[in-house]
Amino acid sequence: MSDAVAEAPVADAAAAEIDASLPYNNAVPGAVLGRWAEESDGGLIVAADKLIPLMTHLRDKEEYDFLSSVTCVDYSKYGGKLRAGVSERFDTVYHLYSTSKGGGHVKLHVRVPENDTVPSATAVYPGANLQECEVYDLFGINFEGHPNLRRVLLWDGFNGHPMRKDWHEAYYDEDAKPFKSRHPAKGYEFHEDKLPWGKNTTYPEGWDPEDWREPITYVPVSQAPGHDELGELDTESIVVNLGPHHPSTHGVFRMIARIEGETILALEPEMGYLHRNHEKIGERNTWLMNMPYTDRLDYINSMSNNLGLALAVEKLMDIEVPERASYIRIIMAEFTRVINHLWSIGFILNDLGALQTPALYAIEEREMILDLFEEVSGARLMCNYMRFGGVVRDLTPNWIKRALYLVHERLPHTLDELDRLLSGNEIVKARGKGVGYLSPQDLIALSISGPMIRAAGIPYDIRKVDPYCIYDRFEFDVPTLPDGDIYARYYIRLLEARESLKILRQALRDIPGGEVQGLPAFASATIEAGFGTIMGGRGGYSFRPPEGEVYQRIEAPKGELGYFLVSDNKANPYRYHVRAPSYINLNGLGPMSVGYKIADAIVILGAIDIVLGEVDR
Amino acid sequence: MASVDPAGFQQLKEQQYLHDQITVPAELQSNVLVTTLDKAYNWSRRSSMWPLLFGLACCAIEMIATAASRYDLSRFGMEVMRPSPRQSDLMIVSGTVTKKMVPAIVRIYNQMAEPRYVLSMGACATGGGPFKEGYNVVSGIDKYLPVDVYVPGCPPTPEALIFGLMKLHEKVERQSIAKVAWYRKESSGFVPVPILGPDIFDPRQIQLIRENTLGEGAASRSSGGGEVRVMPELLSDDVKQNLEAIRTRYLAKMKQPA
Repeated sequence: MSDAVAEAPVADAAAAEIDASLPYNNAVPGAVLGRWAEESDGGLIVAADKLIPLMTHLRDKEEYDFLSSVTCVDYSKYGGKLRAGVSERFDTVYHLYSTSKGGGHVKLHVRVPENDTVPSATAVYPGANLQECEVYDLFGINFEGHPNLRRVLLWDGFNGHPMRKDWHEAYYDEDAKPFKSRHPAKGYEFHEDKLPWGKNTTYPEGWDPEDWREPITYVPVSQAPGHDELGELDTESIVVNLGPHHPSTHGVFRMIARIEGETILALEPEMGYLHRNHEKIGERNTWLMNMPYTDRLDYINSMSNNLGLALAVEKLMDIEVPERASYIRIIMAEFTRVINHLWSIGFILNDLGALQTPALYAIEEREMILDLFEEVSGARLMCNYMRFGGVVRDLTPNWIKRALYLVHERLPHTLDELDRLLSGNEIVKARGKGVGYLSPQDLIALSISGPMIRAAGIPYDIRKVDPYCIYDRFEFDVPTLPDGDIYARYYIRLLEARESLKILRQALRDIPGGEVQGLPAFASATIEAGFGTIMGGRGGYSFRPPEGEVYQRIEAPKGELGYFLVSDNKANPYRYHVRAPSYINLNGLGPMSVGYKIADAIVILGAIDIVLGEVDR
Repeated sequence: MASVDPAGFQQLKEQQYLHDQITVPAELQSNVLVTTLDKAYNWSRRSSMWPLLFGLACCAIEMIATAASRYDLSRFGMEVMRPSPRQSDLMIVSGTVTKKMVPAIVRIYNQMAEPRYVLSMGACATGGGPFKEGYNVVSGIDKYLPVDVYVPGCPPTPEALIFGLMKLHEKVERQSIAKVAWYRKESSGFVPVPILGPDIFDPRQIQLIRENTLGEGAASRSSGGGEVRVMPELLSDDVKQNLEAIRTRYLAKMKQPA
């Protein structure tokens, strides 16, 4: 970086006096050291020791009550100019939003030298809990004051912190794709053949497997009193482990609960059993290569994951999307929401003990929607349908007709049927009402988003408060329910699916070009902008977005899905982070379960509606 | 009295479940079927093969879709997914196998009663798939467990999974009770459970790992926070030969009966 331009548009942290022109410096003197970039979307560089006072100020005085994302960037190989002359290796990055005001974010950067610590944001925003654990796990940043900093995705004893730029996996080839070794002319080598044990593993030098003792993973569920203070019986609390292989954990997820009788005293989630290194692979990939990977994040809703990434990169590159493509995207995203809500209603009932039957009813209509997806994208589940600048191909003939039939005839009928069969059901009411309650304030403090907070009376829907794509053209309501319990979380999904149908009806009616193709639906409309055709040709996969960073969030069916991308003007993202709603919603699992029975914890988890591909990434 | 064929007699005949040499007199055909023990045994196993209720990742969603009403696994007597490994015959490894998960998978496999089968569903379970290069991803479950059927796809469609299951049925039908491994005295299907170290390791490979971490040439191979490590270009020819010898020895050892 020695040849970087000297007059980089970044305020030098060392030279900064207290600059009153910077925001919040009057309220918290010396907190903000500078701006991240000139045309900033609010990126502020914050002094580490002033982070907590500043966050407290932002939360209490400026109404930024929602900590959306906490992540970290390792700048040690950063090739861009924006950070020239900065010696600190890491930045921890915070995105704050306001659930009452809506609108955009405040972004905070804290520069962290190697082996230094950052104050933990959990003191102000308890929702930072899991995200800080993740940063600690993958980057090795220590958060001072974090109540329970542990390796959350990998295991105790794992060698190194894999998201650091100088950490290399066993099959390491090159820093960025396309790998030279994969060139067709070179002859393909199997990675397995490069390592003597033929597996994707690597061991530190001098390590002796015979002396190895597996570290005992300490998952702190024992803060609760060990003996009862209630009755005269001498009881003792025990620790119960659920998972990772358990039929009602929705995948490979583990809960460790301390119970007294059947009552939960403490519960800690343990994940990482599906940690497939989405971000590390994402930083090796070129930008477009990440599109199919996003399908596999929340694998029930591949279309909305696609949408998030496409919007983020378009924001970074400033691409215009053709009108028709925007409509197609919204149609797909809303169909996905219907699928997701049907699926989750079915499986909440599954967790309530109504094994399979409600789920079978719910999945039936899902297949009809998947047929539509398969027709346009070629795949039922992993659609990989959107591209930067549009969608990969136009709708097929008669697609809209079939979609209209679903939207007007079948799906409303299915939702009504589920409503009729389930909503008044005595068992659903008895098991759902009043169970798993958490107050709206707690939910926001824990960074929980999506149907979970709308079921607690907060009308916070990103499609309304911070509209993206063309959602501002449609008329729909944000349904809320006041209760904040399992029943409300079940019922809100039914209501939201109905709102999605409302959007779908409008979009299918208004889509420009109608049934037959005529208007451009894909990004070949942006050929003039120099991208080539997005699918074929060199320009399609090796474009270089301008230097900068972007955070784009969408209202995914499970909550707020955010993509945080850092570009240093290369063909690969420098940093690729996914703010996964399922993962962060798990912050609430412990607080929600305490005090209820162990059988309720299963339903509480089911009503959060997690998908492990997204939790662990 | 004219003989009445039992239901599906013609079908059984066509599928060669009936003995091909012993013929039953026509008047007894409604009462007597002659078959071999193998065929009866395999037919019953094939027709009630209970999968383990075991989903790992995206493929599990397609597995659920296969079991649901449209594709209907109960046509094959397979709709009874058992959450307990003790009660199940087939493990459908449906999704990415991660290092953190593989000890649990091997334990579950060991807990299944024989005869047991493993179906590797999808690209990830077969060879790591799109996530192969990931630091927490196992390059296919067959690195640890014996696999009977591989189903390609990412994820395989329900049709593909059903095709894989039918292939497994064919395999089951070809087995002979006299020869199968699980009735033999010497054979044991126990797979040592991998251990989570600095990276996951297979107890069967301890010697091999020691030779590499403690032996010569170890420095160039260490990773994790270190510099760029290139294999095998950095290695001299001697070390390469050495590694090749280790590999061959290891493979030969694996082929020997336990």
